Amino acid sequence: MGNALLQYATVLMLTIFVGIEIIAKVPSILHTPLMSGSNAIHGVILVGAMLVLGSANTTLEEILGFLAVILATLNVVGGFVVTDRMLEMFKAKPKAPVVKKDEVAS
Amino acid sequence: MSRGTLIDLLYLVSATTFILALKGLGSPKRARLGNIIAAVGMLIAVVATFFKQVDGHNLYHVPFILIAMAIGIVVAVPTARYVRMTAMPQLVAIFNGVGGGAAALVSITEFVHIHSTRPATYVTLEVLLGVLIGTVSFSGSAIAYAKLQELMTGRPVTYPGQQVINAVLGAAALVLIIIILVNGQTTLLWVLLGLAFILGIAFVLPIGGADVPVLISLLNSFTGLAVAASGFTLGSNLLIVAGTLVGASGILLTRLMSKAMGRSLSNVLFSAFGSVITASGGSGADARPVRSGSPEDAGVLLSFASRVAIIPGYGLAVAQAQHVLRELAEELESKGIEVFYAIHPVAGRMPGHMNVLLAEANVPYEQLLELDEANSELQTADVALVVGANDTVNPAAKDDKTSPIYGMPIINADLAENVLFLKRSMRPGFAGIENELLYNPKTTLIFGDAKDTLTKIVAAVKAS
Repeated sequence: MGNALLQYATVLMLTIFVGIEIIAKVPSILHTPLMSGSNAIHGVILVGAMLVLGSANTTLEEILGFLAVILATLNVVGGFVVTDRMLEMFKAKPKAPVVKKDEVAS
Repeated sequence: MSRGTLIDLLYLVSATTFILALKGLGSPKRARLGNIIAAVGMLIAVVATFFKQVDGHNLYHVPFILIAMAIGIVVAVPTARYVRMTAMPQLVAIFNGVGGGAAALVSITEFVHIHSTRPATYVTLEVLLGVLIGTVSFSGSAIAYAKLQELMTGRPVTYPGQQVINAVLGAAALVLIIIILVNGQTTLLWVLLGLAFILGIAFVLPIGGADVPVLISLLNSFTGLAVAASGFTLGSNLLIVAGTLVGASGILLTRLMSKAMGRSLSNVLFSAFGSVITASGGSGADARPVRSGSPEDAGVLLSFASRVAIIPGYGLAVAQAQHVLRELAEELESKGIEVFYAIHPVAGRMPGHMNVLLAEANVPYEQLLELDEANSELQTADVALVVGANDTVNPAAKDDKTSPIYGMPIINADLAENVLFLKRSMRPGFAGIENELLYNPKTTLIFGDAKDTLTKIVAAVKAS
């Protein structure tokens, strides 16, 4: 067990706390966009998929890596586009009492 | 600065954008910006990866990578752009599922790549966990998709000894992992893959349609963890940070969502909620008298009201009636009648789904009241118009301790002077529970397709 593993474990532990902390106060109407947005973020597995396909030596690796890149791209692109589409609806969202009526999107 | 360091630095930038993005997504004002920030961060990471060196060489197969990405983009963009808003929960499920699948594939591929070099035990463990969690997320999401898309029944699928079988499957997966670690029998990886696939399906089958959104959130969190596991295998801080962020925040979000339904997470996952069709109503429920009326009656009632509360539910969206509903609201307002919408946090198929659907129909945001506010306003409403909602107005959640939805906060439609209940038939709602509100003497039922009925009501209001 090398230093690298310990370093990764450190990052893991700290990120767990960050992840919990930033979600603590979210209004329920944003639960769905938040889920969808974080869904897009785990699409970062695309980077991993690129790396495994980019280092593939055998046909099996190539096929698996190729599929991984396709699936991961679907996750990233689909995830961001869907989230943006949801949030588009919220754009003139006068939840704060100071905001006036005329800012409502039409 | 070497190329490798620069790329790592860019990965750090990317990881930071993900944290900022999640923070932004929690606030109504910055949510959209947050999403865009994450997309930019993702782009930075992907572009940087093209210049990365692995095993001491530049990336092989760059054309293949580009082709695979092009395929992904060509499929994802139109799907995400043009699928109806009502089908959004399924869409999130499927995009989550493919992410889990990708994470599992990355772990497997890396394992195939390195297994001849006899990797350390902990590396194998990371791979196995990545495969297990990613695959469960993949097959689980596929079933969730099928349930929401109504390719299969939305009701819980149960069979005798289900919990025991699931527990055995889970335990078998863990034992298999230990055997692989101890024996180094790499061919067993494929057995684990198959077992994880079955486990994902078996885990999701008993969960009822109404609870699927909570489940998707949980599977989303799983995918995050699978990505983090791949990050360990590949030695990538970026994957570890992003995966863990989603994993940790996802579990919390899942809890928040089940709390909004007044239930605990374990209750959501293991109680096969909604499998009982009649709870309190008894078998004679169908025979009980209800009062029904015509759309014209409803039009008259609405025209003479001074405050109208609209309580929309998923049925509204299914009937694509949100635009007609807004038309009705505008018509009423032009007669000087005050209109507001009472939005249950889990109206629709996901928390916040109804807000999105109504916003799409250009309903002014300030007319949308959240649960508590809506309930206090309902006391002074003359008419509560229930369109396509059912479980979210079911008084059994308050009164009936034996009801499976007991404890869920509801919109108290019965506080209004009159209740107009637009309904397709007497069938129970998504959660499969009889609704006492239908038999309330205040309630008038108007049967028919929501869009059709609303169009007729609009005409009746205009005429009166």
